[in-house]
Amino acid sequence: MRARLSILRSRLHSVGRWAAPPAFAVLLLLAAGTRAGAGPVADSSSHGHRWWLPAASTAVAGRIDSLFILILWITSAFLVLVVALFVAFVIRYRHREGRRAAHVTGNMLLEIVWMAVPAACLIAIAYASNGAWSAMKEEFPRESESLVIIVKPRQFQWDVVYAGADGRFETADDITAINRLDVPAGRNVIVKLMAQDVIHSFFVPQFRMKQDAVPGMTTEMWFNVPAPGTFEIACAELCGLGHYRMQGRLIVHAPAEYDAWYAGRLREKAAESANAR
Amino acid sequence: MSNQGAGALIDATVRPRRLARIFSRDHTVIAKQFFAMSIFFLFAGGLLALFVRWQLGFPGSAVPVPFNFLMTRTMAPGGVIAPDAFNGMFTLHATFMVYFAVLPMLVGALPNFVLPLQIGSPRMAFPTLGMLSFWLSLLGGLLMIATYFVDGGPASTGWTAYAPLAAVSHYTGSSAGQNLWILSLAILGIGLILGAANQVVTIVNHRAPGLTMFRLPLTVWSFLVTGLLVLLALPVITAAVGMLLMDRTLGTSFFVPAGLSVSGSPLAGYAGGGQPLLWQHLFWFFGHPVVYIMILPGMGVVSDVLAVFARKPLFGYRAMIYSTFAIAGLGWLVWGHHMFQSGMNPLLGTTFMASTMAIAIPSGVKVFGWLATLWRGQIRFGLPMLFALAFLLTFTVGGLSGIFMASTPVDAFIHDTYFIVGHIHYVLFGGSLFAIFAAIAYWFPKATGRMLGERLGRLHFWLTLAAFNCTFFPMHILGIGGHMRRIYDPTVYAFLRDLQPVNTFITISAITLGFAQLLLVANIFLSLKNGRRAEPNPWRAATLEWTLPSPPGDGAFAVVPEVHRWPYDYSLPNAIEDYLPQTSLHVNGTGTGTDS
Repeated sequence: MRARLSILRSRLHSVGRWAAPPAFAVLLLLAAGTRAGAGPVADSSSHGHRWWLPAASTAVAGRIDSLFILILWITSAFLVLVVALFVAFVIRYRHREGRRAAHVTGNMLLEIVWMAVPAACLIAIAYASNGAWSAMKEEFPRESESLVIIVKPRQFQWDVVYAGADGRFETADDITAINRLDVPAGRNVIVKLMAQDVIHSFFVPQFRMKQDAVPGMTTEMWFNVPAPGTFEIACAELCGLGHYRMQGRLIVHAPAEYDAWYAGRLREKAAESANAR
Repeated sequence: MSNQGAGALIDATVRPRRLARIFSRDHTVIAKQFFAMSIFFLFAGGLLALFVRWQLGFPGSAVPVPFNFLMTRTMAPGGVIAPDAFNGMFTLHATFMVYFAVLPMLVGALPNFVLPLQIGSPRMAFPTLGMLSFWLSLLGGLLMIATYFVDGGPASTGWTAYAPLAAVSHYTGSSAGQNLWILSLAILGIGLILGAANQVVTIVNHRAPGLTMFRLPLTVWSFLVTGLLVLLALPVITAAVGMLLMDRTLGTSFFVPAGLSVSGSPLAGYAGGGQPLLWQHLFWFFGHPVVYIMILPGMGVVSDVLAVFARKPLFGYRAMIYSTFAIAGLGWLVWGHHMFQSGMNPLLGTTFMASTMAIAIPSGVKVFGWLATLWRGQIRFGLPMLFALAFLLTFTVGGLSGIFMASTPVDAFIHDTYFIVGHIHYVLFGGSLFAIFAAIAYWFPKATGRMLGERLGRLHFWLTLAAFNCTFFPMHILGIGGHMRRIYDPTVYAFLRDLQPVNTFITISAITLGFAQLLLVANIFLSLKNGRRAEPNPWRAATLEWTLPSPPGDGAFAVVPEVHRWPYDYSLPNAIEDYLPQTSLHVNGTGTGTDS
C-alpha cells in the first residue's frame, strides 16, 4: 500500500513537473495566436498583435521576423523533443522494486548524431541570418540617393539635424529638431548617430532595429518605410536616470507631404537667419 | 582590581583561539562562511529585485512596505521609488546576485566543502589562501553594501557599468557609490582568484592514490575548469575596473573620447582619446566566461545527482568532460555577441555569431547526455533529484532562447529587451540557482549530519518551480513586444501599454518566488535542529565523501583512501548492491568493474 502510494505520488509529481513547461509553451502559442487587435488606438502602424511582435513596418523588419519565426520553430522542435523524452523517461523509468537500471555508459553513434543534427540546424540558422545581417549593416544604400539625417542623442533627448538648403551638414543653414524625426515614405533614409555624452541606442520596435550611438564615433543605420505612419523612438541603452523617458517621435510622411514639410522648414530657417542678421 | 586582572588574563588566552575560529583555515568552516554570505546576498539581491518589480508592475505607486531606511533620503519620496533609486536597485540586484551570491557559492562554498571530500584529501592545498579568499570576498561585499549609504547613493550604471556613463561621474547621480562599487569588485576579484588557485592546485595535487583524472566525478571536473576560468577571467575585470576608477578619479581617458558634453556644455577635465567600446570588449571578455563560471559547476553537480538518483552511470562520461572543456574554451571566443549593435564592425558580428552557434553544440551534448542518463534508469525523486530534473528543463529553455540572440539580425530587435532578461534568468536562476538548491539538498546530510526535510523541501521546490516559470517565461513575451530592459516606467511608451498586464503578472509571480525562498531557509534551520539523522551514505552514492561519517568531523581522510574505480559504477549486472563505492576493489570477488 505504502509503495503504491509512493508510486502514485511520484507519478503525480512527475506529471506536475512535466506539465509546467508545456503549459508555458501553450501560453506562448496562445500569445502568438492572439490577435487582440490594437484596441482604441488611432494609429494602426505602431500596433501589431497585442502580446506579440509589433507590426513590422519595413522590408528588413519582415525579414527579421521570418528569421525569428524560423528559429522559433527549430528551437520549439528541440524543446518538444527534450520534454517528450524527459516525460517518457521519468514515467517509464521511475523506481520500481525488483528492477535494476541498465549499466549503460555511452553510445558513440548516438553522441555523434546529437552533435551533428544540432550543428546542421545551427549552420542553417547562421546562414540565413548572415543574409539579413548583410542587408542591414553592410549593403547600405548610397548616400547620394538617400536622405541623410544626423541624430545626436544626449541625456535625455534626441537632437536631430538635417542638411539645409546647401545639402551639407555643420553649416549655418542646418535644420534642427528635438525628439522628432520627419522622413518621407518609400525613400532610403540613413541615420548617422553621434552621441554627445554617453552611449544611447536608437530603437524603433516596428523596424526591428536598434543601433547604439557611441560618443567619439559615428554609427549608422538605414531604413525604408513604405507607408506613412507615426512611430516611437526609444532609447535602448541605459543612459542615466532619465533613460526611460528619452523618447522621440518618428513621423513618416507621404513623399509630397514630406517635401512640403521640408520646404516649410527651409523657409523658416531662412527667415530666422534673416532676422538674426 | 585583581578580578579585572584575572579577566584580562583569561581574555588574553582565549582571544587568539576565538580569532582562529573566526579566521579559520579549515576548509569546512570557510565553506560555511561562504555559504552564509552567499545566502545573505541572495536575499538582499532578491529584495532589490522585488522593489524593481514593484515599480514595473505598478509604476508610480508607493511600495506597500516601509523601506526608506534602506537608502538615502531623496530616493523614495512618499514611498514611490525614484528613477535614480530604481537604476541603483537593478544595478545592485545584478551585482549582488552575480558577484556576491552565485560566485561565492560556486567558487567558494561548494568547492571548499565538496572538493576535498570527493578527492579523498583531508584539506585544501592552501588553507591560508582559502581563508583570505573568504575574508576578501566578504570585505568586497561589505563595501558593496556601504554604497547604499554614501552621498548620491549606489552605483546606477547597471552591472555592466558601460563607459562613459560609468567613467565620468557627472553623468549619474552617484559619485562615491560608483567608486566604491569598483573597489568592491576589485577586492572580490582578488579573493576569488585566490580561491580558484587553491581549488585548481588541490585537484591537481591532492587526489587520493588511484584517483586518476578520468576517475573524477563531473563535479570535480567542473571545479577544475571553473577554477581555470576564474584564474583567467577575473584578472581582466580587476584590471578593467582599475582603469575605470582612474578615469573617474585621476582624469585618465581610457574610455573617454574627446568632445563630450554634459547637458549641453563641454565636459572639462578629460584629455579624451579613449574608446567607450574598449570597456565593452574588456567587460565582456570577462563577462561572458563568467556566465560559464556560473553555470559549469551547476552542470557538474547535476550530472552527478542525475546519475546517483537514476542509479545509472553518467551517459558519455568522456563526452561530458570534453564538452565542459569545449564550453569553457569557446566561452572565450563569444564575448562579441553582447556587442552586435554596439557599433562594432558588422563583419566581427558574423564571426561572433558563428562562435556563439558553435557553443550550443557542447551544451546540446550535455542536455542529451543527461536525458540518456535517465533512459533505462531506476529514477528516485529525492529532493536533490527534483531540482536536478528541473535544472535539465529550465536550462534547456535558457539555452534554446540564447540561439535567438546569437542570430545577429534577430538580436538587432531583442537586444537590450526583456527577452534577454528572461534568457539570463532561465540560465542563472533556472540553471545556476536550481543546481545550487540541488547541491544544498544533496550535501546537506554530509555537511550537517541531518537530512534536509523532505516535506518542506518539496513545498519549496514546487512553489519555486511554478513561480519561477510564471516570473521569467512571460519576460520573453515582453521582449518580443519590444519592452526595453532597465526602463523605470514602461507606461511612458504607447507600444508597451498593452503589455502592462504581463508586467503586473510577473511582479506578483516574483513576489511569490521571493517569499517561497523563505521556505528554504526555514527548512535549513528546522532540519538543523530536528532533521532526521543522516547515515554516512543516505543516497547510496559511489563517490568518496559518502564513505565518511556524516558529518565527516575533524578526522576526515586521516586514513588516506585508495580508489579502485570510476565514480559511476551503478547497477553493474554482476554486483549485489546497485552501486560500488570508488574504494571497493572487487565486484563480489569476481574481478573489477568497468572503468569508463
